[in-house]
Amino acid sequence: MRGRWWEALQDVKDPEIPSISIVEMGMVHQITQKDHQLLVEIKPTFMGCPALDIIRERIESRLLEEEGIEKVEVRWITNPPWTSDCITTSGRERLKEYGIAPPPQDDTQTLSTPACPYCNAKDGEVENLFGPTACRAIYYCKRCKQPFEGMKRV
Amino acid sequence: MKVANAKQAQEDQDYHRVLCEFLFQLADDELTLGHRDSEWLGLSPDIEGDVAFSSIAQDEVGHAVFYFDLLHELGEKNPDQLAFARPLTERRNATLLERENGDFAYSIVRHYLYDVFDSCRLEAIEQSSYQPLAQGAIKIRREEYYHRLHMSAYLNRLGQAGGEAKKRLEKAIHDIWPEIGGLFCWGEYENKLFEYGIISISVKELQERWIMQVKSTLLKAGLPWPGDWPKVKRDGRKGEHSPDLAKLLSTMSEVYQSDPSARW
Repeated sequence: MRGRWWEALQDVKDPEIPSISIVEMGMVHQITQKDHQLLVEIKPTFMGCPALDIIRERIESRLLEEEGIEKVEVRWITNPPWTSDCITTSGRERLKEYGIAPPPQDDTQTLSTPACPYCNAKDGEVENLFGPTACRAIYYCKRCKQPFEGMKRV
Repeated sequence: MKVANAKQAQEDQDYHRVLCEFLFQLADDELTLGHRDSEWLGLSPDIEGDVAFSSIAQDEVGHAVFYFDLLHELGEKNPDQLAFARPLTERRNATLLERENGDFAYSIVRHYLYDVFDSCRLEAIEQSSYQPLAQGAIKIRREEYYHRLHMSAYLNRLGQAGGEAKKRLEKAIHDIWPEIGGLFCWGEYENKLFEYGIISISVKELQERWIMQVKSTLLKAGLPWPGDWPKVKRDGRKGEHSPDLAKLLSTMSEVYQSDPSARW
């Protein structure tokens, strides 16, 4: 548990994967309070992610609901960088619930097909290195005989 | 030498000038090619290529925004103004990247050759004396990895398919080659970039690394090495550009120019 503000940010979901919060995504680096102000440091997932502005607005409006908070500043940081290893254990589960295989956690696995998020079969194949968003790839599960998405290791 | 932030960079006038000039090259390369990528949307010969070009366009333009943000912190105008309102002669992208897309083979070959170049260049700025740039490069390189992978897979597929696919690739390489040298021109501060540690390896070494990687990919795809290194006729780093860029800028900035003061 990292306290009240982190708990509040559990309500801010990734606009493109609504089952996972930005905390579970590992995007929140640090939250500091000074009197009635909060400074939230966020690690963007992909540099060109079009959802960043929406995420900023949602963080601000959610934290402004908290009693005693009058101002919220969101700052994007690149140091330390967000990598797919920042996704928390529960976050990896949330991705699966949404039908997205979590990213490989080991460099040697970067290019291997992840287990199918529906049936856990491991004999899928790559359909497309790019998917509906830049951070996802599309695979095909030979057991379920259906496509699924996977988050890239970056 | 370590320069922690924009304020420190501004204290040394010469360092500041060299750094900004280089950031414009990085930003303009990414923005120009990113725009060309976006033009494939809905037109690629297969869905895989279409989806990939769209995502890659988004990445490249996102990277350009990152570099423009750095420039803005260093005292330049805001990113929108830098992207849409600078005249052609102030653009610093290599001319190869502004060329019209031509056919699919041309776009694939150009992107692959640029991706290898960009990855070598990013590697050389991961240790940059300018800390905000070094940190961004580390992150961007992890994303670019997938671009190169995708483009080399297509190159390989088309090359090994033989027939018309291979012929078009060969023509693309032939057409691209005269302009390849422009990527490795880094403007009038080339030596200073290295001296100031803004990049950690010289252009010459970067070029050797590029040649090694590209040679092995072409060989694998059954394509010949084009031979001698061409002389640069038109140097984009000095603001020398083709009519293709004029047309691209007019399309790209059409909405912005309709009301530059509007907030979108």
